[in-house]
Amino acid sequence: MSAVVQVRGLVRRFTRKGVLDGVDLDIAPGEFVALLGRSGSGKSTMLRALAGLDHEAEGTGEILVPERLSVIFQDARLLPWKRVLDNVVLGLDGTDRQARGIEALAEVGLAGREASWPYELSGGEQQRVALARSLVRRPALLLADEPFGALDALTRIRMHALLRRLSAVHKPAVLLVTHDVDEAVELADRVVVLDDGRIVADLPVRLPSEGVARRERAAALQNELLGLLGVAVDAATSPYARSERITA
Amino acid sequence: MNAPFQLVTPQRVTALPPVIDLPALRSVRPGQHRLGLGAPLSWGWVLGPLLLIVYWSVLSQTGWLDPRILPAPWTAVTAGVELIRDGRLQDNLAISAWRAAQGLLFGTLVGVGLALLSGLSLLGGYVIDGLVQLKRGIPVLALIPFMILWFGVGEGMKVTVIAVTVFAPVYIQTHASLRAIDLKQVELAETLGLGRWGFIRHVVLPGALPGLLTGLRFGVTAAWLALVVVEQLNATSGIGYMITLARNYAQTDVMLVGLVVYALLGLTSDAAVRLIQTRALRWRRTLAS
Repeated sequence: MSAVVQVRGLVRRFTRKGVLDGVDLDIAPGEFVALLGRSGSGKSTMLRALAGLDHEAEGTGEILVPERLSVIFQDARLLPWKRVLDNVVLGLDGTDRQARGIEALAEVGLAGREASWPYELSGGEQQRVALARSLVRRPALLLADEPFGALDALTRIRMHALLRRLSAVHKPAVLLVTHDVDEAVELADRVVVLDDGRIVADLPVRLPSEGVARRERAAALQNELLGLLGVAVDAATSPYARSERITA
Repeated sequence: MNAPFQLVTPQRVTALPPVIDLPALRSVRPGQHRLGLGAPLSWGWVLGPLLLIVYWSVLSQTGWLDPRILPAPWTAVTAGVELIRDGRLQDNLAISAWRAAQGLLFGTLVGVGLALLSGLSLLGGYVIDGLVQLKRGIPVLALIPFMILWFGVGEGMKVTVIAVTVFAPVYIQTHASLRAIDLKQVELAETLGLGRWGFIRHVVLPGALPGLLTGLRFGVTAAWLALVVVEQLNATSGIGYMITLARNYAQTDVMLVGLVVYALLGLTSDAAVRLIQTRALRWRRTLAS
């Protein structure tokens, strides 16, 4: 099998929250998968299981992930006592680590900010540093846990473009956990919907490259996904159906 | 499916918008309602000691203060000049400072080391933390007879007493701030593949540094206290010895010089630690910055 991620029969139970009830998932190399679900659906549990962060979990199942794996969290999680460049190259080996860090910062548009302290950056800039920190490790799999959830709407749009561009260049497999239907359709090749610890839908996105056809396909998919998430959408009254992206 | 609600076009306007009184207005200027502290003066801390000296001088000058009880500040200065001229002050000061520095160094190392052991492993915590709490309950003075029994009356005993006094505050503050490190940063270290040593070096120690430095400030003060005790109890050199000797000859001016030297030592060492604090914690933005 050619998948970089192979999950079989994953079950996770916690005493407090988050349950997975038999999840199978494959992700192909370079594939961008959005994992969509309501809060409490188990999507973050799934990501933490793949990242190996669920020490306290009880459960069964098999997980195969690449050796080179990076995680982006909802908060940038920069160490406040390290300057930006030192945050990016933290844990890297090799004599070229500084050069790679500088290059990664330039890729996310933060050239010249290497010596800044994290508190001197805006929320969006901090998240870009976190992105640089993930990409500098040349991951075969990038796990992102609602990475844009704490950003304002305008910054989020810019970050979408940046992530799309960088994942096209570096081609890691991406698992993006989100509850934002627009974001999932905008970025992913494939949308997996998780509900109550089970995968209830696995849809290819395959948007036409541009034009009215793209907008219509996106809107249809968004409506379908919203329906799967339990948000009743009526084509006549839905803000999605009426938004200018379709009528414009 | 029907739309959930319908817009009804009103047939006629039934009421004019209500007239609202203009609320009271005020002009806004910068800095008007500031709750933070503003920019600090770098030598601001001198004000308190300076006021004390002024108060003391006035009392001595007006004769309210009997020189047999407390000599005037200028008497202390002349006595100090005299002591420097015959070399006694420098020699004793160097010996005292060396003792304090050694005690401070060993005490800090032990305090940080134990805090790491006890903070980063459950078993270490069970073993060490209780012992340190027990030790805190024992005053240094009560320990000294045993210290003399174990280490003799030489330099080793003196340095050990100082180190034992210093390590407790360093341990407690470092341990508290180490245990308060955000779990999110621990997770980050795990996803970045840091090993145990990398984790300690990049996450634990810098994260615990604010606590360590607070502990060090307490520790420095404690070191001078312990120094006084060991030097006045059993020594043939050092500032404490100089004071004890002066007491035997009722030289209040020399005793006073000793006190002033202690005060200056305490003040400068505390200032040194605070300087380290502002340098090492530049990454923080706080009320004071």
